[in-house]
Amino acid sequence: MFDDFFTRALVAGIGIAIITGPLGCLVIWRRLSYFGDTLAHSALLGVTLAYAFSLNIAFSVFVISAVIALLLLNLQKRTRLAGDSLLGLLAHSTLAIGLVLIGFLSSIRFDIMGLLFGDILAVTVEDIALVWIGGFIIIGILYFIWKSLFSATVNYDLALAEGMKPNIYNMIFTLLLAGVIALSIKMIGTLLITGLLIIPAATSRNITHNPKQMVFVAILIGILSVTIGLFTSLELNTSSGPSIIVIAIILFIISLIPLELRGKLQK
Amino acid sequence: MSKNNLLVSLDNAGIYKSPKWLIRGVSLEVKSRQIVTLIGPNGSGKTTTAKMVLNILEPDEGSLKRYTNKIAYVPQKINIDWTLPLRVVDFMRLTNNLSNNEIIESLNQTGVEKLFKEQIHSLSGGEFQRVLLARAISKKPELLVLDEPVQGVDFNGEIDLYNIIKNISANLNCGILLVSHDLHFVMSATDHVVCLNGHICCSGKPSSVIKDKAYIELFGEHRSKTLTYYQHEHDHIHDSDGSISS
Repeated sequence: MFDDFFTRALVAGIGIAIITGPLGCLVIWRRLSYFGDTLAHSALLGVTLAYAFSLNIAFSVFVISAVIALLLLNLQKRTRLAGDSLLGLLAHSTLAIGLVLIGFLSSIRFDIMGLLFGDILAVTVEDIALVWIGGFIIIGILYFIWKSLFSATVNYDLALAEGMKPNIYNMIFTLLLAGVIALSIKMIGTLLITGLLIIPAATSRNITHNPKQMVFVAILIGILSVTIGLFTSLELNTSSGPSIIVIAIILFIISLIPLELRGKLQK
Repeated sequence: MSKNNLLVSLDNAGIYKSPKWLIRGVSLEVKSRQIVTLIGPNGSGKTTTAKMVLNILEPDEGSLKRYTNKIAYVPQKINIDWTLPLRVVDFMRLTNNLSNNEIIESLNQTGVEKLFKEQIHSLSGGEFQRVLLARAISKKPELLVLDEPVQGVDFNGEIDLYNIIKNISANLNCGILLVSHDLHFVMSATDHVVCLNGHICCSGKPSSVIKDKAYIELFGEHRSKTLTYYQHEHDHIHDSDGSISS
């Protein structure tokens, strides 16, 4: 069944869309878009280290992302620089270190375009297993901590005061985010993962009216983007990551149209 | 709850935020069925004190003892981003599992049951305060902390909400810590008043606090005397604009 590379890519991609749906909603609710971006930038370093020490890529990326997330928390306590400055600092320093290290690894064959933008040809059966098992774990944890995480998203103080222990759940959420980036790096590439987190969620917001609805519609839009994007990628021979994101943004634009019309009708 | 109905107590507690103490030397306790109010000018540490009681801020000195975990909180400010689509009913379930009927019942108590399916973003300031209070009531708390719960509520609504707050302490058998600017309500309906200005200026029963020199200094002769109107016989007449003529 998974003999065909395209089928493998499709199955893995749909798995990723299911995970990025709910996490993407949380990312935009919590205004963490740049945080996701920073983790994704640092992923390049993770990949490089994986090649250098022959580690599993997803594992290495997960560890580096988690370290970066903890580093950010630590930096926030030590300096008064604003959050966005710290994120920029971490994102570009890890990206630069990753690129420098790639230079040292010149003896190894390295597909840097594939790393940055995703490569559907590279998806193996093991990757599919990783995405779906990892995905089940991530969604499972998310399901159990949803109430606490969600209340902390709406108002941290309120959640804390009423015993929801938001600090612990924020930490878990950060690790889940690192996890989803690790799982999707092969498909989407480091530069565009944040796009798959944010754009379907943003599209969903335009047409939904409550949190659960928004999560489910974000998943559907993610699956639609991945499916159409991969077919486009196959037909036009384009990179898989950019093709998926282009479809996602087209869906976003379509989701704006009803709002426009509604606005005009009210006038 | 402890034996003597004590719900929470602060002992000589303070919060330091470089370069100064936001509040220091606060000792107070809230018992069940008691309304304790915090009053004081802006920046006097009312919200900071409330946050210590709630364990949102950990005291840098002194200590907090809490004898209940059934706590509900109405914060001073909540901004809910537009990117988060949230109906009143979703908000009511934020830290609590409630049936639709329980939610409607609670909303009914603050007169906003019609807003059940409305988006939080479409509510007016006053409506949102009512929803916040309803959410707190629905938790059936033993300790309720209210940080300026009537801000943005119209005049009649204010009286309504204060009546509701008074009833809560009796009906739910809970203790209330209230931050308020409304000295009329504070002096007429609460059991214990703590007057803050970076430290405790004075505290006690309303009738004794209004006679306290520190209180009169803090709120000015005029305002503090106007308030005695609610406690004592008329010794003056109000003009239509509210000023006093003798």
